[in-house]
Order: sequence, then structure tokens, then C-alpha cells
Amino acid sequence: MTVIVGALPLPWPFEREYMQLALAAGLTVGACAPLIGAFLVQKRMSLMGDGIGHLAFAGVAAGLLANVWPIWTALIAAVIGAVAIEWLRSHGRASGDLALALFFYGGIAGGAVLVSRAGAGSTNVLPYLFGSVLTATRGDVAIVMVLGVCIVLTLLVTGRALFAIVLDEESARVSGLPVDTLNTLLAALTAITIVAAMRVVGVLLVAALMVLPVATSRLVARSFRATLVGATVVGMASVVMGLVAARAWSLAPGGSIVLAVALCFTITAIVASALRLGQGAAVVPTT
Amino acid sequence: MGSQPVVAAQHVSFAYGIDPVLTDVSFEIGGGEFVALVGPNGSGKSTLLRILLGVLRPQRGGVALFGQNPRVLRDRFRVGYVPQRVAVPSDLPATVEEVVRSGRLARRGWWRPATATDRGAVDHALESVAMAHMRKQPLRECSGGQQQRVLIAKALVGDPELLVLDEPIAGVDVESQQLFRDSLVHLVEAHDATVLLVSHELGAVANDLDRVVVLKQSVVFDGKPQDLTARGVSLGVHRDDLPLWLEGLA
Repeated sequence: MTVIVGALPLPWPFEREYMQLALAAGLTVGACAPLIGAFLVQKRMSLMGDGIGHLAFAGVAAGLLANVWPIWTALIAAVIGAVAIEWLRSHGRASGDLALALFFYGGIAGGAVLVSRAGAGSTNVLPYLFGSVLTATRGDVAIVMVLGVCIVLTLLVTGRALFAIVLDEESARVSGLPVDTLNTLLAALTAITIVAAMRVVGVLLVAALMVLPVATSRLVARSFRATLVGATVVGMASVVMGLVAARAWSLAPGGSIVLAVALCFTITAIVASALRLGQGAAVVPTT
Repeated sequence: MGSQPVVAAQHVSFAYGIDPVLTDVSFEIGGGEFVALVGPNGSGKSTLLRILLGVLRPQRGGVALFGQNPRVLRDRFRVGYVPQRVAVPSDLPATVEEVVRSGRLARRGWWRPATATDRGAVDHALESVAMAHMRKQPLRECSGGQQQRVLIAKALVGDPELLVLDEPIAGVDVESQQLFRDSLVHLVEAHDATVLLVSHELGAVANDLDRVVVLKQSVVFDGKPQDLTARGVSLGVHRDDLPLWLEGLA
């Protein structure tokens, strides 16, 4: 797949190989992050992406220190951290936000310490903090796409059960659904999504790509399926808009993508409010 | 009553910290019975329900569903559970049909896609609570009574042999109460299902109940509704009688 990407006859701003690689990685993340985010938002765990992102940062720092490809160390740190957060939450050892805070600060502090030990390698941490999708290699994009396919395939099988859990966890448990296993799986998928998104928007902004498209879609969606489809469309459209803006005005692509999502949310909120006001006015008697 | 009770509690005791909530609670429910569990606020009804469903573990005594420990019961889809309406998030962007469909997952295997049989079961469950015409409506746009009917349909769609309902008609309009009563009676009579209803308001089903169990930390009454009536407590005619009597127990 990545062999084709880079050689496609696309118009400006995607005519260059590096832009096509950025587009492929960005669209994959733009589709996957909101799919996971839809379940997190409904579970009132919108900031889980942030917490795990900070753990992934510690993993990146560890990789730089050990001279190992940071994606792998970030993946290990993020998955272990995500499963631990879910365990703390589900066993009542800490509330969801307390568990997140513990890992949030522990991760960033651990990352800072490890980076300080990495010496000259510490400058390589910036692309992971703020994203650097325009410098992504074919290897990076291939990893992102493989992770994306894994996320989508897993959700195709587990999505219905995850919906039942966010609807009412206790009822799902009573009916015999493997709630603990599925919650742990969702946490692991969240970690995988964050690592996949790391090169696109960076660990500091990844939660925005998980949450804001969902928030935008929920303004107008009337079903859970429509929420998922709408959030995915918003996520992917924001990636395209962000990359176009980054190329046109030499902006940071990660920040541009997240600002594009924020713009989508703002416009949708204004239009939805106007439509609701209009509908309200339409039913007011005109006697 | 059949040879093996569908629900059995034997000398169950439970406490939160040092405060006892249930003390030596024992009762059984046989197949096809329609039983109401009532009690004043804080009498331990919800705790007992959660123990019976395997969510909580009793500190003393034991419970069984279909003769098995509920925490290790394999065919859990045999149990339908209608939680209190507040358990469902009010901001969930989901349609009535999506919510009901999710109740079928355990019966068909949660990883499997829906079949024609599953879709038929969803149609039947929606029709049985008169919500088929609102299947595409978002749940958050339904009235309280309609939302409760949707949750009942979600429990019915798995064809349960035991239906457990926690305060299902609290704050529900009269029309919904009547539809609720018809659904339960249909389940008991046509499908020989067992129903355990936890509620303060028994007026809608007063004439259909087989037994009433009154709980106040332990079982203080277990018998036919007529026996309760003989004590001067009416479930249906004077709708305030039961709440007043329960208040007196507290």
C-alpha cells in the first residue's frame, strides 16, 4: 500500500511524495481516532487519550535512551499504562479521573527524566510531542496503516458489545457480556490509536482528534451509528484541511489539523443552534 | 412451583462496612411465578437484587439462579434485567432500535452479526411495548414512560426465562403502566417466564401477582397478595395503601 502512496498523480498540495505519505497516515488516524473516541466520550473518559499520550511520551523517551525505534517502546508503555488505568478504574481503586491524573503526571515526569538522560537524542522527542507528519517515512506510514486496520477490524467485531457497555455497564454485565475484557480491550485500542497518531498530531494533541470530531458529530447525529460515521468524516476532513493549510502557509501540521477540527466544531455548533432556533420559530403561532 | 427454583436465596447477609443491610434473607421463586419484592427505602431491595444477579457477593449465605451460582452462570442471557431508568445516560445519541438491538447480543453471541431471527426478535419486542413506530427516534427525545418501555423491550428481546425489573414504573404515565402490565402478563402467560419486580407501585399489576415478598433487612412477609389484603393492605384499589404501610415498617 505504501508503495503506491507517494507515486499517485494527485493535485496540489498532495502532488509531492511527502505530502501523500502525510495524507495516508493522517487519513488513517483521522478515521480511527474518532471511532475510539466515541466510546471514550460516552464513558466520560474523554481525557484518557491525554493520560495515555503522556505515557507514550515516556515510552518514546525510553526508546531514544535505549536507542530502540521509539514507536515500539511507546506502544509497550501506552498499552501497559492503558490496561493499568482500566484496572484501577474497574476495581474501584481510583476513580477514572484520579487514575488518569496518576498516569498523566507520572508519564510526563518519567518522560522528562528519561529525555534528560538521553543527551543529544533528546531533540528527537519534539516530533512525537507535537507531531511531524510531513517528515514521516514509508516505514512510519506503514506502521500507522497496519495499526489502523487492526483498530477498525477489532471494532467491527466488538463495536456492538462496546455500545451495550456504554449504554449500561451493569446491565451488560448481568446479561453475560465479558465487560472487563472488553473494557480492557478498549483501553488497549486507545493506546494503539495514540501511538498511531503520535507522528501525525503528537502526543500532546492526540486527545483532540479523539474527542472533538465526536463532539462535532453529536451536535447533529440522531443515532450512535450516525455519530460514528459523522465523527469519522469530520476527523478525515480535518486532516485534509489541516494538511492543506500547513502546506499553503508553512504551518505546523499537527496544530493545523487540530485547529481544523475545532473550526468544524464551532461552525457545526453555530449552524445546529441556528437550525434549532429556526425550527422553534416555525412552530410559534403567528396569530 | 417446579422442582428447582429459578431464584433462590438462602440465609443471605450483607453489610456495607459495619451497617447491616440484609440479615438472614431466604426465599425462593419458582418457574412461571410473577413475584413483587417491596420494602421501604433503605430496606435492602437493590442490594438483594444485585446479589441475586451476581453483581455483589453475599457475605454470608448463598444465592442461585437456575440452580447455579449467578457469578458463574454460563447462559446469562436467560436473565433479562431492566435497570432503573437513571442508569441509562440521558445524552446518549442512540435510537430506540439501537438500544433494543443491544439487548440481543448475549443471546446470539456478542461477536456475531445479527441474523433475520435477531431482527425479528427486535421487531417483536418493540411491538410488545408499542414502540415499533418510534424505532428510529433518538432515546433522549422519548418521554420517561417511553424510555422505560424501550428498556423493557431491550430486556425482552433476549427471550429471557427470568425477567428482573428494578423500579420500572417509577414516575411513568398511566398509559405506559398499562402497556408495561400487558407486556409482563404476556411474558408470564405465553412464554412461561418468571418475573421478579421490585417496585413501590404495584397498582398496575396488583391483580396479576402470584406473590409479594416484603423486605426490611430480612423478609417480613412472603405470601399471596390476598394475604396482604387480609392484613388491611391493598395493592390496587387504594393505591396509597402499600406505600403507607411500607412507611410504617420503616
